[in-house]
Amino acid sequence: MSDKNVSFVRTKMLPQSEPPIGQRGVVKWIRENLFSSWLNAILTLVSIWLVWFVVSHLTPWFANSVWAAESLSQCREIRDATIGNGVPSACFAVITDRWQQLLFGFYPNTEYWRPVLALVLFVVGILPALFTAIPRKFLIGTAVTPFVLFWLLWGGSVWTTAAGALGFVIGYYAFKLLTDRAGLIVGVGGAVGISFAYWLFAAGPLGDALHSILPIGIQYVESKNFGGFTLSVVIGVSGIILSLPLGILLALGRKSDMFIVNKLSTGFIEVIRGVPLIVWLFTASLILNYFLPPGTNFDLMLRVIIMVTLFSAAYIAEVVRGGLAALPKGQYEAADSLGLDYWKSMRLIILPQALKISIPGIVNTFIGLFKDTTLVVFIGLFDPIGLTNAIRASTNWNGIYWELYVFIGLMFFVFCYSMGRYSLYLEKKLQREHR
Amino acid sequence: MKKTVLFGALTVAGLVAGAASAATLDDVKARGKLNCGVTTGLAGFAAPDANGVWEGFDVAVCRAVAAAVFGDPTAVEFVPTTGETRFTALASGEIDMLARNTTWTFSRDTDLGFDFVGVNYYDGQGFMVPKSLGVSSAKDLDGATVCIQTGTTTELNLADFFRANNISYQPVPIQTNAEAQQQYLAGACDVYTTDASGLAATRATFEAPGDHVLLPEIISKEPLGPLVRHGDNDWGDIVRWTFNALVTAEELGVTSANVAELAAAPTNNPEVNRLLGTEGELGAMIGLDATWAVAAISASGNYGEIFEKNIGENTPIGLARGLNALWTDGGLIYSPPFR
Repeated sequence: MSDKNVSFVRTKMLPQSEPPIGQRGVVKWIRENLFSSWLNAILTLVSIWLVWFVVSHLTPWFANSVWAAESLSQCREIRDATIGNGVPSACFAVITDRWQQLLFGFYPNTEYWRPVLALVLFVVGILPALFTAIPRKFLIGTAVTPFVLFWLLWGGSVWTTAAGALGFVIGYYAFKLLTDRAGLIVGVGGAVGISFAYWLFAAGPLGDALHSILPIGIQYVESKNFGGFTLSVVIGVSGIILSLPLGILLALGRKSDMFIVNKLSTGFIEVIRGVPLIVWLFTASLILNYFLPPGTNFDLMLRVIIMVTLFSAAYIAEVVRGGLAALPKGQYEAADSLGLDYWKSMRLIILPQALKISIPGIVNTFIGLFKDTTLVVFIGLFDPIGLTNAIRASTNWNGIYWELYVFIGLMFFVFCYSMGRYSLYLEKKLQREHR
Repeated sequence: MKKTVLFGALTVAGLVAGAASAATLDDVKARGKLNCGVTTGLAGFAAPDANGVWEGFDVAVCRAVAAAVFGDPTAVEFVPTTGETRFTALASGEIDMLARNTTWTFSRDTDLGFDFVGVNYYDGQGFMVPKSLGVSSAKDLDGATVCIQTGTTTELNLADFFRANNISYQPVPIQTNAEAQQQYLAGACDVYTTDASGLAATRATFEAPGDHVLLPEIISKEPLGPLVRHGDNDWGDIVRWTFNALVTAEELGVTSANVAELAAAPTNNPEVNRLLGTEGELGAMIGLDATWAVAAISASGNYGEIFEKNIGENTPIGLARGLNALWTDGGLIYSPPFR
């Protein structure tokens, strides 16, 4: 039949027709995302106006920047001559003139390579601790790094640092020997006692003696010459590195069943955390002076590092305690049922899991700590903020303001953003391992 | 119980140490350098330059004392102090003297236990307003918004002044001078008030200094000067007479340029001779070399030279001598005689 060929159903699909113009492409996206209702339309317009307002005011200021001048008035002359009278223009010449001071403070000019090398070494040295892919034997390098960094930053005879480092080795072996023979408490106490006795009485003469035999050393740089970002990074990084182990111990102490340990840890955490950092800094710089005999040279920077470390340790302890509390009870019981002692069960089973949970909190505390180092300006140390004041006090740059803060803000952003990215990376990696 | 023992021990240690350090001059000599407290940065008065070398009007006093003691104006360790830390640093012995634009007041001299050794700058609180405001006297400022640094004596002086004149004002609290400049230029306040020297220095950094005027009223006395701890009068004498030597040098026309020549041999002016140690034994009386004043004057010049170099009319700060002229020129700067 011929009408068999006449199909009453389409055999072939029609090509899809385009959606109406209002339902596709850019128009649709704009309608859905920016103008979906009256309220959103108004908000969109206001936001666009705001962005335009900020950008249109800031762009000329940045675009007309003067980068080469010797003083603020010269900056203005250059601007008047090349761009026009009274046009907004940033005078970034202050950064060109003083960037070394903002980065290194009063560190001797010829020795700038040392803080830079120290930073590089720090990053390299910490890698084995951060990346499990690197063979474990490189961890020895990580353990040596702090002493190398100390020597690089402060300088002096290499033997003084080496003699100081020897104290830790002595302490370690004393701990091992005493713990085997007389138990943990005697071990810890004995190790600390022997190390301190060594540092007080033997380390100095030993360093001097070695130095007189084979003098190797670099220029000694006093703490008061540290400034700018070198100061911030040294205080921040020392605080971060020292506070993590202390914070973990405090968290374990607070979870401990032992009465005295528990109460001491809790008291320490609550007291330190309950008082603002600025008060602790004032304590370090002012009140300690009254107790120490005049003329005692207890380095202000060291006092600040100790205070910052204690402060951040209290916060870390609470973050880690959160991690410990988040673990199911079964994990603790499993560790016990394997016959592990307390330290082994913590090290092998509890802490790896608890710390993993705590990573965002820990990094958050670290970023906060790093930015808090700017508070030392109140006790007269020349961190970047303190230096802005000093730079403005020179007659050349009196009256300059935003340019310095823009630079400092940018530097801090770079540091803190890298820390944040690293923490994200670490989290992702650990989560993958967990699956 | 244990705590009591601990605090007791600390107190005793503190007392022993305090007694041991009674002779500041010996401590300074043993240390080989002078610890001098300065501000963390105030234009013209004290600031580190790009190489970290401290310069300024207050710094010059420190250098003169170091030169008098050691003959070397660079034998100074500058300890930057903030408004909060300055007095503790001095009281606790961290610094030997404080030269940090500090106002000499009754309570600081007596209750806090310090000795002001002189006045190196007579300041007073003033007002700066934009010319466009059309104000010619501070008494016309009724209802004005005033930028004022919190927690300073200027705040109290301001309240007193407005109350005494029965007019009102709106305070805009700010923290630092730099912040005040920004607020004032942005129009957040009609008036900026602080020490007149600070106002002049601030105005000098403006794009158009001519658009702003300093009002004629000076509403407070702010004698700024170096100070030392109570209890070591010998050390106080050294700082006091080193500063007086700088003033007397200006009066007698001894400058950093001619001091070496004048000190080489006795001149026919006996007071110059006594000052420069070519006659008499003044140096020995305060435990220093005969040439102590020569060294102090060579460090950065006499008082007038220091003034002109750091804050004078040829600098961007541009302060006139005014009250700080020598008494012979109608000012208040006056030194007792060297005899």
